[in-house]
Amino acid sequence: MKPAAFDYVRAEHLDEALDALKKDGGDARIIAGGQSLMAMLNMRLARPKTLIDIMRLKDLARIERKGSSIMIGAGVRQAALLAWPDLRASLPLVALALPWTGHVQTRSRGTVCGSIAHADPSAELPLMLQALGGEVHLRNAKKRRRVAAKEFFAGMMATTRADDELIEAVSLPVIEKRCAFREVARRHGDFAIVACAAVATDNGVRLAVGGVADMPAIRDLPRLEGSALDDALNAFAYELDARDDVHATARYRRDLVRMIGRDLVREVLQ
Amino acid sequence: MSRLQAKHRHDVRFTLNGKPCAGEAEPRLLLTDFLRHRIGVTGTHVGCEHGVCGACTIDIDGQPARACLTLAVQIDGCELRTVESLAPAAGRLGVLQAAFKRNHALQCGFCTAGILMSLDTFLREHPQPDEEKIRDVLSGHLCRCTGYAPIVRAALEAAAELADQNREKTDA
Amino acid sequence: MAEAASHALASKDKVPGSASVGPWVGQSIPRVEDSSLLTGRGRFMDDIGVHPGTLHAAILRSPHAHADIISIDTAAAKRAQGVVAVLDGADIKALTSSLVVGVKAPVECWPIAVGRVRYVGEAVAVVVATDRYLAEDAIDLIEVQYQPRPAVVDPLMAIKPDAPVLHDGFNGNVASDRVFRYGDPEQAFASAAHRISIDITYPRNSCTPIETYGLVADYDPGEDAYDVLANFQGPFSIHAVLSRALKVPGNRLRLRTPPDSGGSFGVKQGIFPYIVLIAAAARAAGRPVKWIEDRLEHLTASVSATNRATTLSAAVTEDGRILALDWDQVEDCGAHLRAPEPATLYRMHGNLSGAYDIRHMAVRNRVVVTNKTPTGLNRGFGGPQVYFALERLVQRIAIELNLDPLDVITRNLVPADAFPYRTASGALLDSGNYQEAIRRGVVEGKLAELKARRDAARTEGRLYGIGYTAVVEPSVSNMGYITTVLTPAERRKAGPKNGAQATATVAIDPVGSVSVHVASVPQGQGHRTVLSQVVADVFGLTPGDVRVNTEIDTAKDAWSIASGNYASRFAPAVAGTAKLAAERIAGRLARVAASQLNTEADDIIFAGGQVRSKRNPDNKVSFSRVAGLSHWSPGALPDGVGQTIRETVFWTPPELTPPDDDDHINSSLCHGFIFDFCGVEVDRTTLQTRIDRYVTMHDCGTILHPAMVDGQIRGGFAQAVGAALYEEYAYGADGSFLTGTLADYLLPTVIETPEPFIIHMQTPSPVTPLGSKGVGEGNCMSTPVCIANAVTDALGLRDITLPLVPAKLADAVHGAERVAPAGRAGDDIQKQGGDRKLRGEGEAKVGAPAEQVWAMLLDPETLKAVIPGCHSVQKVSDTHFRADVTIGIGPVKGLYRANVKLSDLDPPHAVTLGGTAEGALGFGGGEGRITLTPTEGGGTSIHYVYEAAIGGKVASIGGRLLDGATRVIIGQFFAALARQAGGGSAGSGPSLFAKLRGLFGGQR
Repeated sequence: MKPAAFDYVRAEHLDEALDALKKDGGDARIIAGGQSLMAMLNMRLARPKTLIDIMRLKDLARIERKGSSIMIGAGVRQAALLAWPDLRASLPLVALALPWTGHVQTRSRGTVCGSIAHADPSAELPLMLQALGGEVHLRNAKKRRRVAAKEFFAGMMATTRADDELIEAVSLPVIEKRCAFREVARRHGDFAIVACAAVATDNGVRLAVGGVADMPAIRDLPRLEGSALDDALNAFAYELDARDDVHATARYRRDLVRMIGRDLVREVLQ
Repeated sequence: MSRLQAKHRHDVRFTLNGKPCAGEAEPRLLLTDFLRHRIGVTGTHVGCEHGVCGACTIDIDGQPARACLTLAVQIDGCELRTVESLAPAAGRLGVLQAAFKRNHALQCGFCTAGILMSLDTFLREHPQPDEEKIRDVLSGHLCRCTGYAPIVRAALEAAAELADQNREKTDA
Repeated sequence: MAEAASHALASKDKVPGSASVGPWVGQSIPRVEDSSLLTGRGRFMDDIGVHPGTLHAAILRSPHAHADIISIDTAAAKRAQGVVAVLDGADIKALTSSLVVGVKAPVECWPIAVGRVRYVGEAVAVVVATDRYLAEDAIDLIEVQYQPRPAVVDPLMAIKPDAPVLHDGFNGNVASDRVFRYGDPEQAFASAAHRISIDITYPRNSCTPIETYGLVADYDPGEDAYDVLANFQGPFSIHAVLSRALKVPGNRLRLRTPPDSGGSFGVKQGIFPYIVLIAAAARAAGRPVKWIEDRLEHLTASVSATNRATTLSAAVTEDGRILALDWDQVEDCGAHLRAPEPATLYRMHGNLSGAYDIRHMAVRNRVVVTNKTPTGLNRGFGGPQVYFALERLVQRIAIELNLDPLDVITRNLVPADAFPYRTASGALLDSGNYQEAIRRGVVEGKLAELKARRDAARTEGRLYGIGYTAVVEPSVSNMGYITTVLTPAERRKAGPKNGAQATATVAIDPVGSVSVHVASVPQGQGHRTVLSQVVADVFGLTPGDVRVNTEIDTAKDAWSIASGNYASRFAPAVAGTAKLAAERIAGRLARVAASQLNTEADDIIFAGGQVRSKRNPDNKVSFSRVAGLSHWSPGALPDGVGQTIRETVFWTPPELTPPDDDDHINSSLCHGFIFDFCGVEVDRTTLQTRIDRYVTMHDCGTILHPAMVDGQIRGGFAQAVGAALYEEYAYGADGSFLTGTLADYLLPTVIETPEPFIIHMQTPSPVTPLGSKGVGEGNCMSTPVCIANAVTDALGLRDITLPLVPAKLADAVHGAERVAPAGRAGDDIQKQGGDRKLRGEGEAKVGAPAEQVWAMLLDPETLKAVIPGCHSVQKVSDTHFRADVTIGIGPVKGLYRANVKLSDLDPPHAVTLGGTAEGALGFGGGEGRITLTPTEGGGTSIHYVYEAAIGGKVASIGGRLLDGATRVIIGQFFAALARQAGGGSAGSGPSLFAKLRGLFGGQR
């Protein structure tokens, strides 16, 4: 269980990382915290020709408020975001969800953007990006572009990031409306079987669900109650195309979407 | 920029348990293998090599980290602490170690180094933790022998003792 | 006989080690093991240096559950950097002979697949290289062609006549089928008021130590001798199996163990086939070879407990008295019957009536093979399987007869005045007072309070239940119990097997310091500490004066087949034997001292580091002075004393006789008793089971070190919580292994592990030197079923299977599922009959006419362009293509060889596309029906339905992500086809992917 061989690029400037990406394209992988990628390297599930380490790029390690959004650089570790003093006030939903991401010992190394780039459908941070309607800031050697959360995830661990692009940052809008989060996993710290986030909107609530579909899914619901709410949640639950695996059945996942979804919707609409 | 070629060994310089240290590593060499088999500090153990069991947890720049999810070349310039740093002197045990011994918080001792390093880094930053916080930290480790309860007790005892020591220092 | 005092252990006010005087036995002194382990100075297998030039092995493993090996091409691997040798089954077979199989049958058992693989993870080839990284690189270069066979994973399916057969030498898949009869079960069933039955299946799990297997092997051709250092745990009966397989006499296989072992719980017995494999590889390579098992190898292919299907019936009187039992057990030992299997099934044979006085019993035991990893020792060893059936049945009897479950337990217990009690099937229950233990458990464990808690919770509408179990915990296995699998005639032919030789050596050096060696292999149990206590008490020394070594070296040490650390034999057998050895020397030292002190030997006592007269305490001499005399001045010893330098004692209990001609077997020497009860709550939404309170009452005889006993109980309990709620080595119906990482095989963490409330009672065993009994395995036997009983009580369920994955409870708690809204098919497409096939469908619209799309599907160049990651397409025939493809999702990429065949051609309307792909990450096979329908405006709508199955490494370690990944890849294919055919906008990534998303699963 040892990684296959690769070159290692320790980028001291962003250009170096971008050049290496341009050169090796799909055969290169960015490594930041490495908490998802390293396990895949060890299992030889991933065999990049080049690893590009961006953790020496101090410019990427910043959390900043830009207008009504919080920009989180690609070098920001999950622990750093969790310890950021403004987190609870600016990103209350993230403050609720982030403690569910891995463990103390992995949040200390894992980055926010790395988790989003990995696009694991059960991970909390991609769910946050979707729920809050954030943006991913991509960059290649030539240009920058911003991609909305909805356009970023393309399926199971698949995103619309081009092979020569790296994620420079993600931005999450500051939302002062009510929000709620709940997750069910087999054990503390495991990948979510179902993770639900709810955010109040102007005319209702946005419900985001991770762990069920191939990517975090969102549904904007008007203000609903009683059986109308149950109907809407039931439809959403089925549309997520849940599957069976050793940890849960599709039916159980739909049950959780219906039941936890209802609790969260009620909680934020109170 | 440096591109380290896959097939070659490259210098890695770092601080290990307060002392400068250097070795050579191919880019793919895991930090666990580097520390254990190249540097020769075998107290850090390997249990899963996919970041779940926690046996290989060490302190990198003041934060707990899975050495099996780290490449040796990544720690160039970093400060590392391993279980070998915890005893104040040969033949003596640190506060946390002594609490483990007192509480029978280990049996086979294989997972213990990782648990000690997690708790040690945690207690440095959180001198007065409650039990829930301790349990949260420990949830990143798998122990197959003890059933965890004595580990929780040892951690709480050590925290209390360290807090007392700090108070005495502050008072003095 | 029961000693009155029960005590709370390791409480805060009793600081361990605070006492400074003996007797030391019974005190929780600090462990001598701890200081090195806490400072990183432990010496585990992989911490120990090796001979310069030692090579490293990596193992290629089967992705298939059952397949013939058509060819193995190792040429490229042999040429790879650093590689010294590559060996396959034929090479190993040439150097070794078959491992002994546990039953009489013409079946072979190799440590590597020979011609055929029978489980996922079975070794197929070994690479020996200068380091592990390079060895793994070369593994990737070995090409194996397999011809898959149908697989069978369920033991009840395996015994059906049409099941795929694993070994020709067995009767179908049945390796053994024995029927036993004790008393008059037919009469008892005929006369009883009720016949109450239960069918259970017990899952596969393992106690999975955190340190994996590891070994270094070397071969000396000059002496034709092997030297192996391995973290093997015993039993050393396996040494005979090993030397035979390596084709050397026992004295030419030196087997040693490292000082420390990172847990075993039985599991490291299962390293032995690898000892043969790596030793043979070392012989082939001509240099020492080291192999450290990695975690994926461990979970997939080390060893596990058996899974078992049992039907158990009881003849019961109106008031719940059990008159007879009828056991029908089908034991699943996996793909090979490796020694000592089928021991898991027979370890409990004398104890099939549990803690109960049941005089009549019928038993049918079948042992079957299936396409799963072979089984072996595991903490509890047969106990969890037996007690899950028995104690679930006891609860069912209570429910059906409308009795309190605890009343049914107490009504059937072995009477307190009946000890020693001979069970119907032959076990001798050595001592106990089960009624008293239950009484104390109920009072001290506050059962009444727990019942009130349950009632209050239920009033609030919460799902709360209480479960009970009472079990007998056997320890110190009779080396002859396994022969119960043979018929009496077969046993007579094979010669008697029985006993449980324990060994200890006590030695005194010239300055009078004491050393102890035992042939046991601790894996964290603290043997060195306890032995220092036991021997210090004999010599009147302190534990610090006694140095203990527990490493084994079969070339130098005293050992026997029962040596090793298993069957909870340390405290009852090994520690007691050390006491006997020390006493033997002490007896002689007493004579030496008596002659020096001018008194008689029976006036001598050893205390406080001195040897002195009881009558005249001032008449004394230092221990070291007396102890060293045999070295310095043997002529000064009294006549007939002999030496006092070193004494080795072999001890075997006479109670462990071989099975008699009526198949009675005293399968274990001593029997502790456990009474457990617990309260659990099941969450109405998440269906997760929370253990609210767990009480465990133990009588393990005399306690040598209270804190260690509690440590054993807590540790076993934690593993049992895992078995009950989280852990299963899960297999797909096709034999795919599904829990290949620690993110899939879920060990409980601190959050999931409550602390049990432990109560003790001490009824010394009359048959062990120290009065102690084993205690290490009991909760692995009692706790899973106790939790299951509590959950069924909470939910009113009739049947339950472990582990209690919350999703299994959905029907029971959430009721029938709400149907899908109109227009949605629900689950039907994906799920048919619970197999592991991935199914899906989709549609793509293209601008080109159907004829053009049709032509593209049959054109290698187009296929090359549209198959994701395709490097080359070879046309074998008009309807058969071969392709090399790199398939990847996110960072997960692998190279595959694909074979694609077209069938059921209906040009230009429909075609079936079938194919297989095989690569380092696993294999896949599937079939899809593609239908082309012209659309308005000259375009075509491509509709497809597919069914795919994926196995191998990706299924073991990425099962959670497989479905979605497959959909992405198939989607990529059709999106590329559409693009090629002028469909969808040929634009940049996002819009293409947006389109792709539209193709699958509808709106998001």
